[in-house]
Amino acid sequence: MLTTIRAKLSLLVPPVIVGVAVLILWQIACEVLRIPSYLFPAPTMIADALVSDAAGLLHALWMTIRVALTALVISTVLGALTAFLFVQSPIIERSFFPYAIILQVTPIVAIAPLIIILVKNTQAALVICATVIAIFPIISNTTIGLRSIDRGHQNLFAINDASRLQNLLYLRIPTALPYFFAGLKIASGLSLIGAVVAEFVAGTGGRSAGLAYEILQAGYQLEIPRMFAALFLITVTGILLFVSVAGMTHVMLASWHDSAVERDT
Amino acid sequence: MTAGLQGAQETRAPAPGPEAGSKPLLRLNGVSKRFDNGLVAISDVSLTVRAGSFLTVLGPSGCGKSTLLALIAGLGSPSEGDIDWPQSRYNSAGKPDRSIGVVFQEPTLLPWRTVFENVYLPLKLAKVTRRDAHDQVMDRLSQVGLSGFESAYPRQLSGGMKMRVSIARALIRKPRLLLMDEPFAALDEITRTHLSLELLDLFARQGLTVIFVTHSLYESVFLSNRIVVMSSRPGRIIADYPIDAPYPRTEDYRTSVRYNEHCRSVSGALKEAIRAASASDPGPSARP
Repeated sequence: MLTTIRAKLSLLVPPVIVGVAVLILWQIACEVLRIPSYLFPAPTMIADALVSDAAGLLHALWMTIRVALTALVISTVLGALTAFLFVQSPIIERSFFPYAIILQVTPIVAIAPLIIILVKNTQAALVICATVIAIFPIISNTTIGLRSIDRGHQNLFAINDASRLQNLLYLRIPTALPYFFAGLKIASGLSLIGAVVAEFVAGTGGRSAGLAYEILQAGYQLEIPRMFAALFLITVTGILLFVSVAGMTHVMLASWHDSAVERDT
Repeated sequence: MTAGLQGAQETRAPAPGPEAGSKPLLRLNGVSKRFDNGLVAISDVSLTVRAGSFLTVLGPSGCGKSTLLALIAGLGSPSEGDIDWPQSRYNSAGKPDRSIGVVFQEPTLLPWRTVFENVYLPLKLAKVTRRDAHDQVMDRLSQVGLSGFESAYPRQLSGGMKMRVSIARALIRKPRLLLMDEPFAALDEITRTHLSLELLDLFARQGLTVIFVTHSLYESVFLSNRIVVMSSRPGRIIADYPIDAPYPRTEDYRTSVRYNEHCRSVSGALKEAIRAASASDPGPSARP
């Protein structure tokens, strides 16, 4: 017990030391070199902005998170369903996969204005943009996963006269899970990026303004500490999103899959 | 033709009794298998397997023994000839109620399931509830010496233990016929010897019929009471030996004169099979 805590601490302590050291150096450099705050603010000024603007920034953060999470859920469901459709028949996959790739390689910045023009509801337009970005890793990973069935397992199910549904539930889906979760990890980060990028393009203001709008506004008004504070919040959100997906993966796969199993020998 | 056979089967009731051991369980009539790429894996194999026999199919790699086993297991159908189950009833789809357990070369356990759930799987697929299956699964696990491991995951087991789980799984539906495709090939010598003895024990206690595919001469003479030697390109039966040593067989049998004599005579046939395979290789459509 004590040794596991010590082991966890030894993992956590080095990056924290690095972080604190960088912050201290940053602070000292800003003060010694007298760098003006509108060029590059010191950490204490950013913290100040974060505290004094907390209400506005957190509201904006919530708006961005809402778009990102909605997009993540939609792309997970839609992506997994598409993958199921793809493995049903090679013809479906051959017909539609190129379009999934087109979706992936088209820069979102280029098509976001179009989506925003076409879709009246700005929030919906933002969600669509973020979904377009986040869906591809789910589709491609889940498709590969659903195809990666062990030949021996397939024979085993055939000999025991398993139905199509039993094959799907007890063989295909469990086989695909590790691949799906790997896709979900990538998609979680992409959904946040998608939400921020789309908002930059849309430039929504008012009550539904998200963090991207805050960053833009802060930039126009030379409130650079506020801009950094917003950037900090986006980063923290991205990390939290990633960590929670990783945690979910661990819970689902820890008992059996090599990628999640802790070395016990 | 199939319909005629079916009619004949239904009138013949499976008669248990002292002579049941000599009843044919399975008949292969001129079975050939040609793959899509033109390769003839097996050619004109005719074989009658009697209930209660332990038959090994012995031959060099690539002689079609695994293909033969797959056809018997119902994974694919013969290109020519047919496989006939004299004692089985046929269901509405015209498929025989085969009652087969299969052990593959790999344990093929589901890594995301515990040992218990892996053994339970065939019953689960047959829609038996976990509660109803519980005692049967625990019984099978204790038969293969794995009591206490029911909640372990496959990755926590050794190769030999995984193979035992695989055998327990093959036996869970109480099959009459157990098909084994080089099940011990990937195991070390000590584990292999141990599992061979355990298999013979199961064979004796369960009244099973076993078809065992191997490329090991010694394994086949030790385990079986009949050896069919196959030669390759195309796979065909070139010799059929009875091994008349009585069961139960113990380690003493391995050192007996009788065992050695059997090894010598089967070895001659196996050499012939290998020579035939390497010397005459005129192409996929060759027929003797």
